Amino acid sequence: MAAQQSSAIPPMRLGEVLRDTLLKLNPWSMMRNPVMLVVEIGTAVTLWLTIAAPAGPDRAYDALVTVILLFTVLFATFAESYAEARGRAQAAFLRKSRASARARVLKPDGSWEWQDGSQLTQGTRVRIEAGDVVASDGVVLEGVGSMDESAITGESAPVIKGPGDSVTGGTVLLSDVLIVEITADPGSTFLDRMIALVEGAERQKTPNEIALTALLAVLTLIFLLVVVTLAPFARYYGPHAVSITTLVALLVCLIPTTIGGLLSAIGIAGMNRVAQINVVAKSGRAVEAAGDIDTLILDKTGTITIGNRMATEFMPVPGVSAHAVAEAALWASVADTTPEGRSVVELAQKVMELTEVPTPEGEPVPFTAQTRMSGIDLADGRKIRKGAVSAITRIVSNPPPELAQMAEAVAREGGTPLAVAVDDQALGIIRLKDIVKPGLKERFQEFRAMGIRTVMATGDNHITAEVIAREAGVDDVVAEVDPEGKLALIQREQAEGRLVAMTGDGTNDAPALAQADVGLAMNSGTMAAKEAGNMLDLESNPTKLLDVIEVGKQLLITRGALTTFSIANDVAKYFAIVPAMFASVPLLRGLEALNIMHLKTPHGAILSALIFNALIIPALIPFAIRGVRYRPESADRMLLRNIVNWGVVGVIVPFVGIWAIDHVLGLFGLA
Amino acid sequence: MSVSTVATWAVVIGGLLILLKPLGTYLYRVFTFQPTILDRPLKPVENVIFRLIGVSRDSSMSAVEYGVAFMLTNLVWAVMAYTLLRLQGLWPFNPQHFGNLSAGLSFNTAASFVTNTNWQAYSGENTMSYFSQFAVLQFLQFVTPASGGAVGVAFVRALAGRPLGNFFVDLTLLITRVLLPLAVIFGLFFVAQGVPDTLAGYLHLHTLTGAAQTVPRGPIAGFEAIEHLGQNGGGFTGANSANPLENPTALTNIAESIAMGLVPVAFFYMFGLFTRRTRLAWTLIAVAGTLYLIMLAMIYFPEAAGNPIVNQLGLLGHANMVGKEVRFGIGGTSIFETSTMAFTTGSVAAAQDSFLPVPSLAFFLGLFLNMVFGGQGVGLLNMLMFVILTIFLMGLMVGRTPEFLRKKIEAREVSLTAIAFLLHPLLILAGGALAVSTKAGLSGIFNPGPYGLSEILYAFASGAANNGSAMGGLNAALPFYEVAIGVVMIIGRYASIMAMLLVGESLLKKKAVPQTTGTMRTDTALFGGILLGAIVVLNALTFFPVMALGPIAEHYLLLAHHLFT
Repeated sequence: MAAQQSSAIPPMRLGEVLRDTLLKLNPWSMMRNPVMLVVEIGTAVTLWLTIAAPAGPDRAYDALVTVILLFTVLFATFAESYAEARGRAQAAFLRKSRASARARVLKPDGSWEWQDGSQLTQGTRVRIEAGDVVASDGVVLEGVGSMDESAITGESAPVIKGPGDSVTGGTVLLSDVLIVEITADPGSTFLDRMIALVEGAERQKTPNEIALTALLAVLTLIFLLVVVTLAPFARYYGPHAVSITTLVALLVCLIPTTIGGLLSAIGIAGMNRVAQINVVAKSGRAVEAAGDIDTLILDKTGTITIGNRMATEFMPVPGVSAHAVAEAALWASVADTTPEGRSVVELAQKVMELTEVPTPEGEPVPFTAQTRMSGIDLADGRKIRKGAVSAITRIVSNPPPELAQMAEAVAREGGTPLAVAVDDQALGIIRLKDIVKPGLKERFQEFRAMGIRTVMATGDNHITAEVIAREAGVDDVVAEVDPEGKLALIQREQAEGRLVAMTGDGTNDAPALAQADVGLAMNSGTMAAKEAGNMLDLESNPTKLLDVIEVGKQLLITRGALTTFSIANDVAKYFAIVPAMFASVPLLRGLEALNIMHLKTPHGAILSALIFNALIIPALIPFAIRGVRYRPESADRMLLRNIVNWGVVGVIVPFVGIWAIDHVLGLFGLA
Repeated sequence: MSVSTVATWAVVIGGLLILLKPLGTYLYRVFTFQPTILDRPLKPVENVIFRLIGVSRDSSMSAVEYGVAFMLTNLVWAVMAYTLLRLQGLWPFNPQHFGNLSAGLSFNTAASFVTNTNWQAYSGENTMSYFSQFAVLQFLQFVTPASGGAVGVAFVRALAGRPLGNFFVDLTLLITRVLLPLAVIFGLFFVAQGVPDTLAGYLHLHTLTGAAQTVPRGPIAGFEAIEHLGQNGGGFTGANSANPLENPTALTNIAESIAMGLVPVAFFYMFGLFTRRTRLAWTLIAVAGTLYLIMLAMIYFPEAAGNPIVNQLGLLGHANMVGKEVRFGIGGTSIFETSTMAFTTGSVAAAQDSFLPVPSLAFFLGLFLNMVFGGQGVGLLNMLMFVILTIFLMGLMVGRTPEFLRKKIEAREVSLTAIAFLLHPLLILAGGALAVSTKAGLSGIFNPGPYGLSEILYAFASGAANNGSAMGGLNAALPFYEVAIGVVMIIGRYASIMAMLLVGESLLKKKAVPQTTGTMRTDTALFGGILLGAIVVLNALTFFPVMALGPIAEHYLLLAHHLFT
């Protein structure tokens, strides 16, 4: 789905990105990012030195440093602009669906008039006719109709909406007429929120981002201190021991420009990744909290299992062939349009090796609560029935004892038995089972490795719950639980300090959704549930919760990895710059021994380090946008892998990079 | 490496390793108010003290109250010390009739001893009366390490999820239960080894060649014990433990080296018991221990190899024995010097200015890190500061908000910890920069070249780390240095302690989160390695440039056989 939608995103405009890249140089807006602000001020200083200095090789050096510094800032603002532009492109796509929405607003006398859809307020009643675009979020009061939600979910199959169902702005009514009460004020619909979030318009720093920014600010302050005091210390060896330009270059190399330049891009890209999986997060904080989740509370039906029970086996009584049971079951079910009925047909097709479903000749008998069975009276006179075992037992003569035994066995294993009979003879049992969604068991295992506990909460009885829990491999199961019980369960987990995530769609889920640290509401759910959760899945797929958690974790890992990389890089820069910067002081010539990269000239060495420092920012933009590679595993393994990938490699890469750049500069006579 | 060197090191390091567990357990019992062997004789005495100052054993303070109590108490001691020194001539026990100290020296000395720095801008034997030595300086040598230790106890309690405790109770218990009993044991041992302990005046002797000589003496043995047990380091005489009257034998040298480390190392183990994570304690001990061994190697091997220029002349044996005591040799001197820099004691057993550049780099390492066990309580505090920083920097990489001891580390803790980390380089670099850019500062330098710069940096680093040793060669008695280093010592002592107390309280107030396989573990070799790496990288990034201008430049000049004339 995500791929489908992202392919629909119109390409972003490069000109706009470049314009923003330049606009972001405004020092006032730079205040948000102390690290890059220091670089910008440094650029101004070296620019002034370049202009003020007399012509000569030193001036050329000053000018080069200025240009590289400028590019360092530009790369950072480009990264942010690029991430924002991606978000805007996504938002434009969303906005398009809403652009021309007009609404038929109902007047008290029952007539209606056209109004601008973007101005609808809460409580307004509107009439929606086939072909209308829904102008805002609301709840259906009257009517039933099919709705095309593909504009926001990417899902092309229409959805039936009836009284009490919620409708989302931007979707299109395909048939019939609905009367809808609007539930959102202008600018606060889900679509608006999603647009705001992906555009970064309402982007507030998340708690973790604030902490990291504070730490980066202090690190910047320390390096500022190191470099500023280095001037008097160097002057101890003579008044011209070191140039201001070189000190600025050293400062920029040391402060964490890599992470400083990419931090906001990482945050924006994280939000966009959430939007790409068609989830609306009401705040960045919620996405970050998703990474910290300790306990997942999952419904059984629809979340862990495919929504409906499926036929998995035909069990004949002695003396009857499986083929005969399958045939009877097929006839009994061809007219049955429920998912259960369809699954019986599918299984029968497979058992009987049929490629097409035969057309029944006869009179279908629908299911009623009284008979608790359904079937068909075939034209050839056979009466075929399937239904609850007790109901079938009553209509057949001499039910074989094996029938009851088999039924019991099926129930014991968490399944539901259906009996099949032709006329007054019972043929066998159809085993209906809850089917665990494919791949879930493996994902739960991955989550366990990451220390996340999965708890299945279901209203089902203990036997059924236990069986599914075992099959899905969840850590814990709570059966026969009602919505209040779910709320209590969340509170119990939270009292032990755990962060809890859950999904829900009903009005009675709302308190639990509000209580959970991450509450993912289903778009198909009621408005109360959607308002209570802090995230909304437009595709109404409860399993999406797992994806959201992975996005949250990846966001934190990306920040940590690039911070570590940024700091690890500094080691090599010292070995490049320190021997070079004091090369003109006779007493300090011995420091040349520290030039282990054998950089050719002092100015070349400093320029190489500075160029490396600038280039590493765009080189890492893909990691910032996509997030660093992430594999579900225990914290200790993940730490080891990331320390090697970003810490150790972060120390080595700049040694190679600076050495290589120095050689390239040498080709141009600059080193 | 000679047998005596190996034996000396084995006794010191082995002794500390053997004693850290029983002493750490004892500290834990004392500060959780569990019964200990000394309850019977000491409890009644302590109860009288507590009743007099109006506190009860189990009362508790907030971080601000604790910090303010700590600082106000120190202020009172400082004013008292300043007054007593300024008016030294008025007091008894002054057989040499030393006069009043100058205002600058009184301030510097009061600031120095109250902050547990024991930087000495004077020589004890020709400045201080016996009264000043025992009633002012020795008194402070008991109470100031105890107050630093008390803060450490409070911080550990907070991390363990307990109330911080009462400053006055912790201060009292550290003196009565820990420092006094140990001081009695070590003091008596020093007397047995021949260290003087008398109130009689200096000896006036005639040497065999007929020259007149004055031999200073006094109540030295008791002074010597607490000087080291409290990581004070201010010697009775100017030469500290290089003076045979303070440190007469190889055995006293070993005893003093052990005395310095005893309580700080035990604090690490106590932390493990408080937090029920002895594995974590051992991890931190291993990290600090590794740094200790690195320093020892950096001091011993270059000194044992000798000065390349001197060796080329073929004048002396290979080892660099200049400024060292023959009775300790290179091995004994190295372990004493490593200990004094690691535990931030600051007493010296040799002339610091005659060490080669690489060993001086090791001295700087101890001063910059300030957590190679460090002073009792505060060294642990600094170590935990680095632990928190490392967890935050690296912990994000496991995809969760970083946690330490089941508490989330968020903006407030990160900011306060980062500020505590920033303070140390700020004091050293800003102070040093001020000194090299002013005439007043530059005029104190005796030696030309990189060494002069090192002297200045060393002085400020020693003040900021509350170590108190001097590299020598710098005229610290200049008013500029008396004031500047005095101020640096005070900020270095109190600001970071206050910040860390607030971190502790902030963590204490947080809800504990469960520990899962998704939690980054801190008690593993992996984390120990990462912590060690982070400590080295963070400090190298901060101090590498100035070190390149000081000891590193000097090292290469030495290799190039450059001589300053």
